[in-house]
Order: sequence, then structure tokens, then C-alpha cells
Amino acid sequence: MTGPAPAPPAVPKSASALRLIGTLGGFGALAGLLIVAAFTATQPRIRANKAAALAAAIGEVLGAPDRYDTLYVSGDALSRDLPTGQTAETAEAVYLGWRDSLPIGYAVVASGSGFQDNIKLLIGYDPATSRLIGMTVLESKETPGLGDKIYKDTTFGAQFSQVTAPLVGVKTGQGTGRPNELVMITGATISSRAVIKAINTTLERVGPLLLAHQKELPQ
Amino acid sequence: MSPARKPPPSQELIKGIWRENPVLVQLLGLCPALAVTNSVANSLAMSAAVLFVLLGSSLLVSMVKRIVPGDVRISTYILIIATFVTIADMVLEATVPLVHKELGAFVALIVVNCIILGRQEAFASKNSVGRSLLDAIGMSIGFTLTLTLMGAVREVLGNGTFLGHPVFGPSYEPWVIMILPPGGFLTLGCILLVFSWLKRRGEARAKTTPAVAGTVVREAA
Repeated sequence: MTGPAPAPPAVPKSASALRLIGTLGGFGALAGLLIVAAFTATQPRIRANKAAALAAAIGEVLGAPDRYDTLYVSGDALSRDLPTGQTAETAEAVYLGWRDSLPIGYAVVASGSGFQDNIKLLIGYDPATSRLIGMTVLESKETPGLGDKIYKDTTFGAQFSQVTAPLVGVKTGQGTGRPNELVMITGATISSRAVIKAINTTLERVGPLLLAHQKELPQ
Repeated sequence: MSPARKPPPSQELIKGIWRENPVLVQLLGLCPALAVTNSVANSLAMSAAVLFVLLGSSLLVSMVKRIVPGDVRISTYILIIATFVTIADMVLEATVPLVHKELGAFVALIVVNCIILGRQEAFASKNSVGRSLLDAIGMSIGFTLTLTLMGAVREVLGNGTFLGHPVFGPSYEPWVIMILPPGGFLTLGCILLVFSWLKRRGEARAKTTPAVAGTVVREAA
């Protein structure tokens, strides 16, 4: 004689589909609310920080201008108005510096591939003389101790206040004294070349626009 | 069989610092421990972000543990964690933009930091709000101490500075490798070696002097 069959082990009951959707939907809505609140609270300060960093960089590469105007590359010309369909974040901008009511040069963003990742620079440029006024590195992930000398080595940085475009990189002690020669950093040749290439490529493209715009300005 | 007695609340706070240190014992959170410890400032900023996310997530998860169905608990925890990470990311960008830029994608990657999800699944979802907060603070302190130690060793040797201030004279030639990725592995390996040696030595001493060890445990409790 056999007894009643043993009861199968209890299987934990799953929650209904509606409850699962409700739980995830509820937490999703709460997450959205918290993120929007944080975004609203922090965004003005983030924008102010970015504007201050940009103003400091422009001041550095143009030699402390009194003020600067933001211009946008629109087709084959520079314009104070945003190109159609673009925002201030997406449009390519250049900055015209003024001192004593006279234009002193343009600050232009140049970027190119470095050793590790993209390098983003801001250069000060006078199109009339093809002379660079200054250079600062906005973004770089170059190797610490080697490639990062493009912004830590003051001797390398100081050369950008007197060199003319298009730049030609030369190794230490091999310069011939031409005004467009830039002495590269020993041990950071790839990063130095990346900086030179980024500047030359950008000025080759934007330089004629800057020159045309400069001719229309009061001298 | 009576349920296991829970340790006193103070133990929840202390355990993360040494006995259950998230990095040195549980070997969790190794990605930020290796990636952002090339300076003390970066280590402290990452630790502050982890503290904020761990505290917020543990608080919320321990509060809602009874209303979240088991089938969607991991998804819900990740949603909660991702929310706090996004907030931490925005706050860091607004308050310390340079450090935020240095940390790069590693702030966003806190979402997948095993310490955070591990504590929710293993602790906050099973314990009270108070204990969960103590656990979160203890684990964060353990994480902070480890990252700061790694950051200090790497910055001092690799850059010759501590929090940006020169430590050695101008004649010091920095060991650049220490602030490069291999330096992270070397430092972590050495710290794990010393930590393991100290832990084993402590355990061996406790075995040889049980009366003294018992006194210490009672005092701690």
C-alpha cells in the first residue's frame, strides 16, 4: 500500500506582469524626476564654468584682449549669426579679439589625432602676417611624462608666440632659423607632430576665411 | 533552529574598512582602483562619488526592498544606481570641472562598479535602513582609504608631488611608470601583498593568544 504522493516543492510565485511593469515604470519616473532636478540645478554652473574656461583660453592665446566676438564658419565666410540648422554647440566657432577698439587676432580651435587620442588646441592667429600669437591645449590624453609635454613644457609653448604658418617641425639643434620652424620635443615627437599637423590643417582650411574677414575690419 | 544573531551595528561600519575591505579583500572595484589613482585628487574625487552613490542607493534599496518583486530587482537596483551616478557626474562637473575632466568616463562607469550592486544585492536588500547606511559608509571608507593610498604612492613616486605640492627637491627624477597603467598594477600588487601579510600575521597571533583575542573581540562588540 502506498501513501499519498509527496507534495511538490513550493515554487515561489512570480509577480504579475502588471506589477513588474508598474515597479519599473515607477522607478523610471522617479529616476527621471531626480535627474531633471539635478540637471536644472547644475546646468547654469556647468555653462558658466565652460564659458570661464573658454574666456581664459582665449585670453591666453590672444595676449589678454579687452573683449572678444564669437564668429561662426558659415560656408565660405565668417558670420556673427549661427549657420542655419546649427546650434552654438555644433557650429564651428572662431573668436575675434579686440584691444583698444582694434582687432588683434583670431582664436581658432584646431584638433587632430595624437598618440593616445584626439588633441584639441586653441591657437591665436594673425592672418595678415600668418603669425601665431599663442597656443593652449584644451583637451589631451597624451602619455604622462612624455606626450603631455606639449602643454607642460614651457619652452615648447613659448615658440607659438613668434612662429609663422604653415609650421615645420625640426629636431633640437637642426633648425635653420626660418620663421616657420618649430623645435619639437625630444621624446614626444609624435605628439609634437600631431600639434603641428592639427594647426596646419586647420589654418589651411580656415586661414583664407580669417584673412578675408580681417580685410573688412577697421584697422 | 534560531535565526543567526546579527552583529552589533558598529561592526557593520567597521567591517568594510579592514576585515571586508571592498578592494583588498573582496577584490571589487578594481577598474577605478587601477584607472584613476594616478593622483591623490582623482582618487579622492572618485571616492566621494562612490560614497554618494553607495549611500543613496543603499538608502533607497533598503527602503523599497519589500515592494520590489524579485524578478525585476536587479533592473531596479541598476536604475537606482544609474540615477545617483548621473547626479554625481553632474555635481562633479559643476563643482570641480578639472577633476571631472581628468576622471573622464570613469565616473559614468560607477554604474557597473561591482561594489555598489554587490552591496545592494548582498546587504541593503536584506537589512534595515540604518544598518544599510552604516554598511555603505564603512565600505566607502575602505574604498577611499585604499584608493587614497594608491593615489599617494603613485603621485609621490610618479610625479614627485602630493596633492600637487612638490615632495622632493628639484633634482628628483619622477618614476613616470608609476602614473602610467603598469604603475597601477604594481602598486595594487604591492599593497595586496602587504595587506595579506598583515592579515595573516594578525590571524596567526589571534590563534596563539586566544584569551587576548577574545578580550579584543568583546571590547570591540
